[in-house]
Amino acid sequence: MDITRLSAVELRKKLLNREISSVEIVESYYKKIEETEKDIDAFITLTKDEAIKTAKNIDEKIANNEEVGVLAGIPIAVKDNIATRGIKTTCGSKILENFVSPYDATVVEKIKREDGIIIGKTNMDEFAMGSSTETSYFKKTKNPHDLERVPGGSSGGSAAAVAGFEAPLSLGSETGGSVREPASFCGVVGLKPTYGLVSRYGLIAFASSLDQIGPFARNVEDTALLLSVLAGYDEKDSTSVDNKSIDYTKELNSNVKGMKFALPKEYFGEGIDEKVKKKVLEAVEALKGLGAEVEEISLPYTEYALSCYYIISTSEASSNLARFDGVRYGYRAENYKDLDELYVNTRSEGFGEEVKRRIMLGTFALSSGYYDAYYNKAQKVRTLIKRDFDKAFEKYDAIISPTAPILPFKIGEKVNNPLSMYMSDILTVSVNLAGVCAISVPCGNVNGLPVGLQIIGDRFEEQKILNIAYTYEKNRGEENDL
Amino acid sequence: MILKEDVKHIANLSKLNFNEDEMEDFTVKFSQIIEYVEKLKEVDTENIEPTYQVNPNYQFMREDEVKESFSREEALLNAPDSEYGYFKLPKVID
Repeated sequence: MDITRLSAVELRKKLLNREISSVEIVESYYKKIEETEKDIDAFITLTKDEAIKTAKNIDEKIANNEEVGVLAGIPIAVKDNIATRGIKTTCGSKILENFVSPYDATVVEKIKREDGIIIGKTNMDEFAMGSSTETSYFKKTKNPHDLERVPGGSSGGSAAAVAGFEAPLSLGSETGGSVREPASFCGVVGLKPTYGLVSRYGLIAFASSLDQIGPFARNVEDTALLLSVLAGYDEKDSTSVDNKSIDYTKELNSNVKGMKFALPKEYFGEGIDEKVKKKVLEAVEALKGLGAEVEEISLPYTEYALSCYYIISTSEASSNLARFDGVRYGYRAENYKDLDELYVNTRSEGFGEEVKRRIMLGTFALSSGYYDAYYNKAQKVRTLIKRDFDKAFEKYDAIISPTAPILPFKIGEKVNNPLSMYMSDILTVSVNLAGVCAISVPCGNVNGLPVGLQIIGDRFEEQKILNIAYTYEKNRGEENDL
Repeated sequence: MILKEDVKHIANLSKLNFNEDEMEDFTVKFSQIIEYVEKLKEVDTENIEPTYQVNPNYQFMREDEVKESFSREEALLNAPDSEYGYFKLPKVID
């Protein structure tokens, strides 16, 4: 039995039945990591000693018939912009190369409380700014389905780790599609929760009104398991919402009979690869066959979403990243004459090109004389985009589309053309602007490259989109052919 | 139209510095992006309120209770330079 092929839910069952031990699970995964990491480069930091120690504790608890948490013994990889106490949290940036967080993010605390095992920190685009994980200061992660191609981004390390069987579960973060797009490219499941469902405490901020932490897994049930642990109110995040906690695995069912799905014509139009479109439409037919009703709709403000997103996200980023000044933490330039030079040299040497570009764009949009024309304008357009969604959800259970407009592209193909890179996010950013939830589930391959089906739900309708994805998955068959 | 002078001004506001070569390349790419986002100007937003935050209820009030936080040692753990329990900086006033 290859332990790394088992799902998280299966691992949990076998652990509780004492068929396997937590130490065996963790060791199997590190063995797999040692074999494949040289090709995939998904991790920035591995935490083997600490993970084995935790696994031993869990095995002891089980031996003593003590109660264990729902993630007991399950290895979890964490994106490197999520704070982990005593372990480096680099954000994929030179400026935080040696930053060791003095505290755990709320999601990390929750995972630990449920006896989950953190096995390492994953590679990402610097400060989560990118769609390919190529802007990382440290390394380029490869797509496990084709090592010459990108895994997507910005949570490319977390997606590749799960796809490459280096971890059964992982955490990513989203601002404009950074969980869903890499999930699509790597052929795994990724979910962007409703804004406010998961605490952002300890997630190093990119754009605070858009950021959410989300789970990756190889199937929908595992995704539901991890989401159940992550979700919930946190007094340390004033934007987290005080809803009652839900075990998403309990209500998981495969029935879409009578559900109404909308296909936005703007999400199937210009710029969408025909082969991607075909796969997604096949999945839609499958859902129809299971009793769902499908209609075409229009989300008329879609064409403005990407501009709106880049103005708002970079404006918030320019403000959030002002804290990296070489004073309290992180890199400090070696040469400076005075305090101003300390700031300027530290930031110019510490940030990479894409991060600088976005700080500059945001600073421009917020600067005197441009604030109303760019920043305020974008926030008004955001209202119109949100209304598009509100209106659609009055009538439909979910909106269905491709997750990414294109197949995973070659490493180096887009990295020197920022605008063409930004276009990869065209089908995902609206969800973040509107604050709703969405999941990407694999729906087949084109020439061995995965395609993702995006299912968008209204605010706090995670259970519904999980159920739709689960139904589809049950009827689709095995996908990850690695 | 974004000129090199504009880019220099924004760099200054952003506390970033670019050398001449970087500045050339940056101005070109930056202009393309600005040109793209100009698209927003087409949208009629007369009488539309901005959405700064999607949650209808946010910024809750709470009691101001004193609680345990980081120790001085923990807070200084990542400081590039510190002395006498403070962050150390170059002299600001002569």
